[in-house]
Amino acid sequence: MTTDDRILISHGSGGKKSQELTERIFLKYFNDPALLLMNDQAVMDIDAKKIAISTDTYTIDPIFFPGGNIGSLSVHGTVNDVAMSGATPVAMSAGFILEEGLMLSDLEKIAESMSVAAGEAGVRIVTADTKVVARGAADRIFINTTGIGILDGKTNISGQAAKIGDRVILSGTIGDHGIAIASSREGIEFSTPVVSDSASLNYLVQTLLEAVPEGVHVMRDPTRGGLATVLNEIASQSSVGILIEEAKIPLKEAVIGACELFGFDPLYLANEGKMVAFVRESDAEQALEALKSHPLGRDAMIIGEVVDNHPSKVVLATLMGGRRLVDRLTGDMLPRIC
Amino acid sequence: MKYLSEFRDPDAAKALHKNIELAASKLSEPVKIMEICGSHTVSIFKAGIKSLLPSNVTLVSGPGCPVCVTAMEDMDRMIALSGMAQEKNLTIATFGDMVRVPGSFTSLEKERAKGADVRVTASPLDALRWAQQNPDREVTFLGVGFETTSPTIAATVARAKDDNISNFSVYPAFKLLPPALAALLNSDDVAIDAFICPGHVSVMLGADTYRPVAAKYGKPCVIAGFEPLDIMLGISVALNLLVNKQHEVYNTYKRAVTDEGNRTAMDLLMKIFRPVDAPWRGLGYIPDSGLDFRDSYAEFNAITRYGLSEVETGSDPPGCACGDVLRGVMDPPQCHLFGNECNPESPIGSCMVSSEGSCAAWYRYSE
Ligand code: SF4
Ligand code: SF4
Repeated sequence: MTTDDRILISHGSGGKKSQELTERIFLKYFNDPALLLMNDQAVMDIDAKKIAISTDTYTIDPIFFPGGNIGSLSVHGTVNDVAMSGATPVAMSAGFILEEGLMLSDLEKIAESMSVAAGEAGVRIVTADTKVVARGAADRIFINTTGIGILDGKTNISGQAAKIGDRVILSGTIGDHGIAIASSREGIEFSTPVVSDSASLNYLVQTLLEAVPEGVHVMRDPTRGGLATVLNEIASQSSVGILIEEAKIPLKEAVIGACELFGFDPLYLANEGKMVAFVRESDAEQALEALKSHPLGRDAMIIGEVVDNHPSKVVLATLMGGRRLVDRLTGDMLPRIC
Repeated sequence: MKYLSEFRDPDAAKALHKNIELAASKLSEPVKIMEICGSHTVSIFKAGIKSLLPSNVTLVSGPGCPVCVTAMEDMDRMIALSGMAQEKNLTIATFGDMVRVPGSFTSLEKERAKGADVRVTASPLDALRWAQQNPDREVTFLGVGFETTSPTIAATVARAKDDNISNFSVYPAFKLLPPALAALLNSDDVAIDAFICPGHVSVMLGADTYRPVAAKYGKPCVIAGFEPLDIMLGISVALNLLVNKQHEVYNTYKRAVTDEGNRTAMDLLMKIFRPVDAPWRGLGYIPDSGLDFRDSYAEFNAITRYGLSEVETGSDPPGCACGDVLRGVMDPPQCHLFGNECNPESPIGSCMVSSEGSCAAWYRYSE
């Protein structure tokens, strides 16, 4: 294989070419003992009463973006989905749908960054699968994952568990990922480039739960649909009102500028390395300190609280001193025309 | 990392808020101020400015969103054109908000799902480029917009003529702002005391445009930018003008707007188009409020090229009060379809579709 080799339909045939692809790329980067057995399933010893399982499929354009690529994103996303339940992520699977013509060198970069991301998060990639489809039937590469985590039985974290008085803590700036993607898609550069925040949050979660083992009621990562969508989900799942303060929401200056340019509302932009935690009032300050002690939670802020009026609704106290509803996102965000 | 930019300074907001309250306390009667433009409407809602106003000051939205004011007959003809797209080997290029506006029978979105080539772009030059790159196809740009957008489209038509690109055309559904203001003030049920005029349109038109309105109808016109603080400043200036009974044009957006506007752009616009009576959603025909091609550019007119005046058109959706909403005589929640049958996911009127339509803004942001 040379550097400008591409994925061919025959790479998905199950024959020699398939084997070549597996050995050349996947086994090079995914070398977990369970996976190396080359069975169609991984058998693992898991010593736990409760496990958390989550599945997700990753499609993104562009597949390489400032701060990551579809591979690292798929690991971070999987780890975070599991970690938000309070579980410790231990293993994941990876299924690849490859479009005929994909550069093998690109696939290799993606596999390599998956292996790095999994290593950093302490998660094993234990089983994998590849399908090749004809040109046009997929957009270069799609990745499907399943993540498994272990729950220690004490934590009872869920979207239904928000209580009146809980403080809403956000782990850092929002909108970085959304703007990194939008600007690389549009080919627009900013003087301070915005980089995706894509990262695994399991150790941040661990730090938080060690500091306030009983105090965390809800955790969620505001990915697609952004902070606004996640808060609306929790407000309706828990039938409570949420009041947040615009002045407390950390935003990078470049993200504010880009939002103005594109006509986006940062509350709706995707994040891939941020979390919100609903923490009981008495533990809130300690929880905040714990988050801030970790590099991924450096900019954490208490942005609001759970209130007993306007159940199932999210209200924003604005910088101007007014109030307004924060609605769920409907439809695609369209750029302004005038 | 900074939390705020200078345009969002809460201390400045507090000072302006005080100013607004002070001016309002001196008013002898309650007042209604119209923000003409959809971009202002959204900024007002997003910043929660309505919730800050004293009870004797009401803000109403005006007919300043080109998507919202596009008449059903124009919508129906544009959609009919997309229905011919496959047979005529035609690409429709349009601003995004137009795609979901329901026509009387179908929508651009539905025609696209059936196979019509409908492409979204924010730039008419993109459409011209598509025409250039695909000489075997026709490309039609759906021309909506006020004086902010129409000069760019005029420049695109001029370029098409210079470069002899004959497979390009434009559906002219442009609107002119000043005649619409005059029409509003002439109608009996509209009671507006002052206007907040949009910064971007004013960059083109110039502050002088509003002087006749201010003088003839005795309504202060305040030109304001789009940041929340710009708008609060605009409201506070308008209230002070009302208190002092000064019926003038006041430009708070001098960093961008001059008295005479952008003459070059306006001259180019008028070189290619001429004012004609035009239909507005809910407002009917307003004299000299639209634009049609001048004879020397008539070859680019999609309406004549595709015989669209023959197309069957319908009327506004039954029960939809977009007309009254656009004239500022009704707030969206007073429409009995609001939030029930009509919501952003399944809109009935254009004011619920457009991202800056008044009904959509109420639905999204109002507690
Ligand atoms: S919705 Fe679009 S067209 Fe209407 S005012 Fe806003 S930006 Fe302009
Ligand atoms: S709520 Fe819907 S139906 Fe009523 S005026 Fe607005 S757009 Fe029309």
